[in-house]
Amino acid sequence: MSASILSGTPDDSVGTRQAPRRGAGLLRAVRGNRKAMVGAVLLLIFIVLSIAPQLFTSVSDPNAHEFGLVLPPSSAHPLGTTAFGQDILAQLIWGTRQSLVIALAVGGLATVLSVLVGVSAAYLGGPVDGVLSGLTDLFLVIPTFPLIVVIAAYAGKGSLLVMIAVLVVTGWSYGARQLRAQALSLRNREFLESARVRGERRSYIIVNEMLPTMVSLILANFLGSALYAVLTAAGLQFIGLGDNNAVSWGAMLHWAQSNSALQAGQPLWVIAPGLCVALLGASFALLNYAFDEISNPALRPVRRPRARRTGS
Amino acid sequence: MRYLLRRLAFFVLTLWAAMTVNFALPRLMPGDPASAMMARFHGRVNPEAIHALEVAFGVDTHQSLWAQYGSYLGNTATGNFGISLTYFPLPVSTEIAQALPWTLGLIGVATVMAFLAGTFIGTVSGWRRGGVVDSVVPPVFVVTSALPYFWVGMVLILLFSVMTNGLLPNDGAYDITMTPSLTPAFIGNVVQHAILPAATILITSIGGWILTMRNNMVTVLAEDYVRMGRAKGLSNRRIMYQYAARNALLPNLTGFAMSLGFVVSGAILVEYVFNYPGLGYMLLNAVNNLDYPLMQALFLMITVAVLVAVLLCDFVTALLDPRTRGA
Repeated sequence: MSASILSGTPDDSVGTRQAPRRGAGLLRAVRGNRKAMVGAVLLLIFIVLSIAPQLFTSVSDPNAHEFGLVLPPSSAHPLGTTAFGQDILAQLIWGTRQSLVIALAVGGLATVLSVLVGVSAAYLGGPVDGVLSGLTDLFLVIPTFPLIVVIAAYAGKGSLLVMIAVLVVTGWSYGARQLRAQALSLRNREFLESARVRGERRSYIIVNEMLPTMVSLILANFLGSALYAVLTAAGLQFIGLGDNNAVSWGAMLHWAQSNSALQAGQPLWVIAPGLCVALLGASFALLNYAFDEISNPALRPVRRPRARRTGS
Repeated sequence: MRYLLRRLAFFVLTLWAAMTVNFALPRLMPGDPASAMMARFHGRVNPEAIHALEVAFGVDTHQSLWAQYGSYLGNTATGNFGISLTYFPLPVSTEIAQALPWTLGLIGVATVMAFLAGTFIGTVSGWRRGGVVDSVVPPVFVVTSALPYFWVGMVLILLFSVMTNGLLPNDGAYDITMTPSLTPAFIGNVVQHAILPAATILITSIGGWILTMRNNMVTVLAEDYVRMGRAKGLSNRRIMYQYAARNALLPNLTGFAMSLGFVVSGAILVEYVFNYPGLGYMLLNAVNNLDYPLMQALFLMITVAVLVAVLLCDFVTALLDPRTRGA
């Protein structure tokens, strides 16, 4: 028990004294955490795939029906082809882009919204807080997926923009609640008090004094919303409420299911795109959990004495 | 008592908000979907039903918006959701009454089981910090909590149904050749059909409860009263359950209430994959058939189910945590 209290490495104290440039500590923290490393590497692979898909496959239009139907895996088609004669691997590679765009756009916008609502609720307090946190709880409790399904049914099968908008509107509340709690605990700290005494404006205090201390939580929120977006978008596309003609993992699953791929002996058509959704989701989840550990040292894995002392 | 009243007020407020969203959606959407729907159904359903729909969606009526809203709230509160188009001329409420027990049975039981099991595993994992369980649990369950529900369902179907030549059924809630009754054979059949969908919900939702419970345990174990318990020489078992787990459970319970919406969202897709005749499956069918009255009523029912569960959680919290009763 006592070993864990003393486990601060000499490395740490040097770092705080010299006050290294911002981000350097984060990078080192990611490298020192195995979960974060796995998540970061996975995410990097998907980013590369989405930027330059043509480097990894010779197929330029993955939705064209240009190959034999239901071919088994071979050197020409490592994962086989679909019942429409499309190369499964090529579809996977080209489909990365849409999932990633949805994840990053929804993650970013929902985080901005939750910071706005959460922090202003905590900082302004009083009736404003009452309204804003009531609204947050309300959005949190209403089951979002049925709501999205109903909206999608009325709005017509969605363009990408509609889907992103709906996911942002339904996905910000969890983060806003956490950020509000964190901001509340900061509200009466001395450094904010001193900024107020200095006569700084509210906007200055919030942006320059409060937000920097909440960076890790904001980052965690971004990752959480991105995970939510990836999973929900895949679900919507799977039941056919996305753009069925787009190249996306969810649309692949939709066509696989509507052609009974499992029963027809084409398990790869189902397994491959689902695994990609899961891996992208896992990369966000692993990074998220790792940041939790980094920002809350109490949660870090306990190092057994002598086991890895020399490593750091 | 004030806490419970506040939660009750929140319940009513949320319910009202959901009902208002339900009312506003078809009227706000661009392109007037309600009129388009009427055009589609003219000639296919009888005039009486058309008229009921027109009233429900505010098409061709001379009532003001507020009057429409008033009668809508009244109708909904009394369980009058109108007439289903898919199952014409059955009222929507009859349809829902048939689907509700399946959803409550499957999703309710699976979710509660996942919560209880997850909380227990999280307790053990947090107690034995850095032990064998704790080195395996976090990474594994971080990954399972990122799996898409419906895909896990499909993989389970592949493994236990397709590849094993129908070891477990993957379609519906019971064999359609059997007539529902309370015989052991029928109940066994229902249980058999529920295994795969329940396992899907369990696998994907358990991770979240394990991780939050573990992290709560780790935080609570550092508290002074735990050290005090140790100093008094209490047994480990007593400290673990009575001192640490009991307190670590409270935030997890709030988290449970707050995440129910997410779990139910995933469970809808599970019902869809397994053709399980619950509310979610029915909702997606209603969307495909453009059965707007059924769709709206289902959205409302699912919301009500989640809200009731959240309220139950609040009652349990009030029971377990004296601090909430004082506030």
